[in-house]
Amino acid sequence: MAESTTILNSTALQRALTRVAHEIAERNEKSADVVLVGIQRGGVVLAERLAKILSGIWEQTVPVGNMDVSMHRDDLAHSIAPNVHPTSLPFDVAGKIVVLVDDVLFSGRTVRAALDSLNDFGRPNQIQLAVLVDRGHRELPIKADFVGKNVPTSLAEKIVVRLKETGGSDEVTLEKSK
Amino acid sequence: MSWHRKHLLDIESLTAGELTTVLETARAFKAVGERAIKKVPALRGKTVVNLFVEPSTRTRISFELAAHRLSADVINFSAEASSLKKGETLKDTARNLEALNADIIIIRHGASGAPHFLARFLNASVINAGDGAHEHPTQALLDTFTILEKKGEIAGLNVTILGDILYSRVARSNIWALTKLGAKVTLCGPSTLVPKIFEQMGCRVTHNVDEAIADADIINLLRIQHERQRKSMFPGLGEYTSLFGLNKARFKKTKPDALIMHPGPINRGVEIDSEIADCGRSVILEQVTNGLAVRMAVLFLVNGGKGPQEIAG
Repeated sequence: MAESTTILNSTALQRALTRVAHEIAERNEKSADVVLVGIQRGGVVLAERLAKILSGIWEQTVPVGNMDVSMHRDDLAHSIAPNVHPTSLPFDVAGKIVVLVDDVLFSGRTVRAALDSLNDFGRPNQIQLAVLVDRGHRELPIKADFVGKNVPTSLAEKIVVRLKETGGSDEVTLEKSK
Repeated sequence: MSWHRKHLLDIESLTAGELTTVLETARAFKAVGERAIKKVPALRGKTVVNLFVEPSTRTRISFELAAHRLSADVINFSAEASSLKKGETLKDTARNLEALNADIIIIRHGASGAPHFLARFLNASVINAGDGAHEHPTQALLDTFTILEKKGEIAGLNVTILGDILYSRVARSNIWALTKLGAKVTLCGPSTLVPKIFEQMGCRVTHNVDEAIADADIINLLRIQHERQRKSMFPGLGEYTSLFGLNKARFKKTKPDALIMHPGPINRGVEIDSEIADCGRSVILEQVTNGLAVRMAVLFLVNGGKGPQEIAG
């Protein structure tokens, strides 16, 4: 049996995203250079939502792409092959400010793989990182620029992000297996 | 959707879910080939051996490039210039390759079952690149991938395979893959090369080419395998062309959106009219491009470790 605690309900999740969007806007004056890249799978929907809010703030469309970093992971030999999805970046990243978007920041290894992967597409001017939840336990010197919520966790716990686009309702829960 | 196999030996033993996993994975790898930098580090530090005991150019090159694009090191081993000529057994050759710490061995062999034989005693992953007249799994996967990409789904499609079925490992692997994914397969060719026994694999068998191509969504043409025929199975190539070749008159009677496929190498003017091979409905060269993506996917999948699939973020 798993014990589940709600970290963010639907309203709080939307509020956190809105705040993150405003922080991105505040940090980047050159709004025309900003593109969002969601990391498969959890980051894809979040990037689209952030882009929508940002488009409202800036009154211009913010380009969104998504990226599967599986081929650049450092732990491929430790697990069975992951499901990979096509990466789709419908813009040139060279010279852009790329905001990587993911649902949960944990070891930092996904972000490292994303940085490597992005490098194959060009040389962005800047790369920033936005995450919905930072749960700690970093294994690499990686830090998020924008965080929806910091959640101290133990390694036995699991953060589950549910979004309405992928079925169900918006919710972030902390699950503890007994 | 996941892949737990260490080897890819045949299509017969795969489930529809496993086939779908390979096809989905190949979609991601096809996108890699369309970038400016067509290389990913997924197999960095791994050694891939192309053990081609039977000659092949296109499959070997495709596997070789696929392995390079995954950052693996590749050794090519061909029968003509090897110790097999000096009397070494296949088992010893394979063991020697493994002693060089090969991680994946891709084998093409004239004997059916050779990949299965290697898989029984090797620690390395084994990929079948064609064994005798038995199977050619990656060809079937790339054909299926091409059909899926063009038609959106496989289930319910009428696929006609025309030509030398009896000696064709491509046909066998395609029949397995297509029927598992819900397509209806029709086989056609001279009765000596398309025996009725194939009906046991769930196919329709006909020796009338007009009947075979009339309702086909896909027409997959196979080359006459001269090299595998011990005795003459039909009077001559000229007669084959007039009775079974895809010429302009027959092409006109096909469905307007029917795709023309061929695993290559094509014999222009024999099984296919030269102009048809180059027409807009021919996807022969796309099959080659997709072959690369599918082989990258297969190498990536068999390379997977044994642990849980979930990866921590």
